[in-house]
Amino acid sequence: MTTAMPERVVSAEQRKRARSVGITYLVLAMVCFFVFTRRPGDAGFRITETSQFTLPAQGFGWALGIALVAVAAAQLLRGFGRLANVVLALATASFFMSFLAWAAAGDSFSFVGMLQDTVSRSVPITLGAIGGILSERSGVINISIEGMLLAAACTSAIGASLTNLWLGTLIGVLTGMALAAILAVMSIRYKVDQVIVGFAINFFALGITSFISFRVLVPNRDTMNSLLPVTPIRIPLLADIPFIGTIFFDQTIFVYFSFAAVALATWGLYRTKWGLRTRAIGEYPKAAGTLGVDVNKLRYRNLLLAGAVAGVGGAWWPIGIVGRFDQNITNGRGFIALAAVIFGRWHPVGALCGALVFALAEAVRLKIGNFDTGIPSEFLIMAPYVVTIIVVAGFIGASRAPKAAGQPYEDQ
Amino acid sequence: MKFELRGITKRFPGIVANDSVDLEVSTGEVLALIGENGAGKSTLMNVLYGIYRPDEGELRIDGAPQHFSSPADAIAAGIGMVHQHFMLVPVMTVAENVVLGVEPTGRFGSLDINEARRMVKEVSEKYNLDLDPDAIIEDLPVGVRQRVEIVKVLMRDAKIVVFDEPTAVLTPSEILEFFEIVRSLVAAGRGVIFITHKLKEALTIADRINVLRRGKVVGEAIPKKTTESEIAEMMVGRAVQLIVNKKQAVPGEAMLKVDNLSVVEPDGRTVVDGVSFEVRTGEIVGIAGVQGNGQTELVEALSGMRRAATGSISIADRDVSHDSPRERHAAGMAHIPEDRQRQGLVTEMSIMENLVLTRYHDAEFSSGIRMKWDVAKARSNELVAAYDIRTNDPSQPASTLSGGNQQKVIVARELSRDIRLAVAAQPTRGIDVGSIEYVHAQIVKERDAGVAVLVVSTELDEVMSLSDRVLVMYRGKIVADVDPKKVSHMDIGLYMAGSRPAGAAAS
Repeated sequence: MTTAMPERVVSAEQRKRARSVGITYLVLAMVCFFVFTRRPGDAGFRITETSQFTLPAQGFGWALGIALVAVAAAQLLRGFGRLANVVLALATASFFMSFLAWAAAGDSFSFVGMLQDTVSRSVPITLGAIGGILSERSGVINISIEGMLLAAACTSAIGASLTNLWLGTLIGVLTGMALAAILAVMSIRYKVDQVIVGFAINFFALGITSFISFRVLVPNRDTMNSLLPVTPIRIPLLADIPFIGTIFFDQTIFVYFSFAAVALATWGLYRTKWGLRTRAIGEYPKAAGTLGVDVNKLRYRNLLLAGAVAGVGGAWWPIGIVGRFDQNITNGRGFIALAAVIFGRWHPVGALCGALVFALAEAVRLKIGNFDTGIPSEFLIMAPYVVTIIVVAGFIGASRAPKAAGQPYEDQ
Repeated sequence: MKFELRGITKRFPGIVANDSVDLEVSTGEVLALIGENGAGKSTLMNVLYGIYRPDEGELRIDGAPQHFSSPADAIAAGIGMVHQHFMLVPVMTVAENVVLGVEPTGRFGSLDINEARRMVKEVSEKYNLDLDPDAIIEDLPVGVRQRVEIVKVLMRDAKIVVFDEPTAVLTPSEILEFFEIVRSLVAAGRGVIFITHKLKEALTIADRINVLRRGKVVGEAIPKKTTESEIAEMMVGRAVQLIVNKKQAVPGEAMLKVDNLSVVEPDGRTVVDGVSFEVRTGEIVGIAGVQGNGQTELVEALSGMRRAATGSISIADRDVSHDSPRERHAAGMAHIPEDRQRQGLVTEMSIMENLVLTRYHDAEFSSGIRMKWDVAKARSNELVAAYDIRTNDPSQPASTLSGGNQQKVIVARELSRDIRLAVAAQPTRGIDVGSIEYVHAQIVKERDAGVAVLVVSTELDEVMSLSDRVLVMYRGKIVADVDPKKVSHMDIGLYMAGSRPAGAAAS
């Protein structure tokens, strides 16, 4: 099928995409010229406790703007071929730095603290995404990650307040598994539309946790919804590496768990018998079924596992950072996790990258709020979601989901 | 080893798919199971393979009764199945597909992919199957995919190998290779059940033939002592016409002109590559080719369901390249799509509604937003009678009809209009012999009435017997334009595989 054609005809879609990327560069250049050059002064980026580097906001804005015009011209005239994605990543990163310089012009801020915060905030998105990958790779669409995160956050807050942090987390895990069991029975045994069940679970979780929050947790705040979250664990030696060490190795156990989960999921999916079967039942379950693999049993198991992983992600809010549960504390992070799944093309490492991008948007929002940039705070709150839409719609384009996702398997 | 089915009965709501079927096969022989679509062949094989449980009857191996509750049991008992639709995961490698379910493992359940590779190499070398364990399935031609399926079965040490319609997707030369593989399996002491509806192949390869009709075994035959028409008669229950009856074509001027037409997939693959041809009034042009060589996309471009990347299409000298499917219909084109149930019919809607589906907007059937259902009803009753659609009630959903009758609904709807060009894709796929005869006769009738007809089919016999001129498609290009009376099946087969018969001039 993939023999070289003598004269390669480029499809209309490819041409259109190359053009829209070029136009995007031009738009970014305009933003540089007309926005990023408006605030005078140098911006200080603190990269350790004591040192920082500075960027002249206006000068950087002009320079980047001119560079982007050149890049746009090259893109529109002949394209970058194989380097297209590298150029895109470099341009995006420079644009991001220019944006920060503009926001912090005449002031300074902890760049390293922002990135450390990013890694911490990526935890529930990453773990939610691993849950999503485990489900969809087995052929079950799981949009109820949000509900699993929220319900687990609620129960783990209560559990940890009443007992200890470990038991609290375990209760969160069991909560995630319980919701996953509902999804599994409905979609595997009763073959109900998986998206509808997912929606129902999300609304159920939102309703019940709001009820518990108002009726139980608010009146009993001190006994049932108050705990001391875990403290960061410094990894010896590694944490002493300047910059990098602070970002990655001075974090809570939740962060280490989420990295371990990514590594384990990657190894499991691509290097084990379980992974081979899981990928097979998500792509073409009949192939596995006719070879004697029990498709539905494996789907049950993987969904429960997904619920457990999402449960740890939910426990991150009360136990990993905030110290209590608030109504709708997850605020759509479960859906952002699903965007990370698509961003990462159903691969755990890709999903981790996606989670980091989304978490970065959130961390930036929190930092920018301290500066007087003139951006209304409502717009800043939208940032992670806007980034989600732009990333999923613009940069990812068409990606290939597991073929059998959403289809019940007929066992006969 | 001797494998027996005794008195197998399997009922589904409304039908008896298998009616006390007896069948036996031993290692070292080839049994052909022959019957029309819907005769119960697939149900029987699913019983044999543990996918269905029979309502009555039992399976025995060397006389001992067996109770299969899943394919795993059947595999353990030494039965292997090569399904008609390959059970391969397209995005995985050959080795991964082959070991799925019997994975060699190292520590912590890790997959020993090197061992898997070695196992594939060993089996494929032993039976001369020539497979690369690291190739990705979706990159492989169909014939190679079938060999992967065979390796899968051999790896599980199957004593009885069942092939369900194995030749449907193969070129003539691949079929010959396939027969060699079957012979080597038998020589190695395995038994083969060969399910097919192609009489010639059953006669070539089988030691014994069992004929299935309406769920029952209606006859047994030994290939040396029988003929094609005898078996066909057993299959259908009456004498059948195996060849298409038609007069010499009298072609007129060009009705359909296709010039340098290309279709490009969104991912950049060129699937139809600069195709040019003409179809004249009063002739049937057939397009032959192995499935997946651009025929589907060509028909989609012709019917307006997909935009062409380059080139033009004209009907009676009017350029319709940018017309919508409805405008092409209005220009006199009839389209019988290849997927009856997804493209040809709305199966949940009634037979009557389906019969007026392309004409509901005509003044005859509607005024403004109001449908004239009484006219539609009268018209559909006429069509049901004229096109021999077997139904008691045209207000029933189209899904209640058999495949052959569903196809007649489409043929009636498309050919009953005043048309100048008919494009028929796979017009007889999966329908019974009686309906095939009927559909072919209708197509020839249209031709004799001066309609230009383009038939696309992967059944070589159909293209050869129906067409007045045959074009062969290979990898998106038309590689041959021949007179079916002057070339052999084998020569066309070579074109279909991308080579050229010895002595043939470049086209």
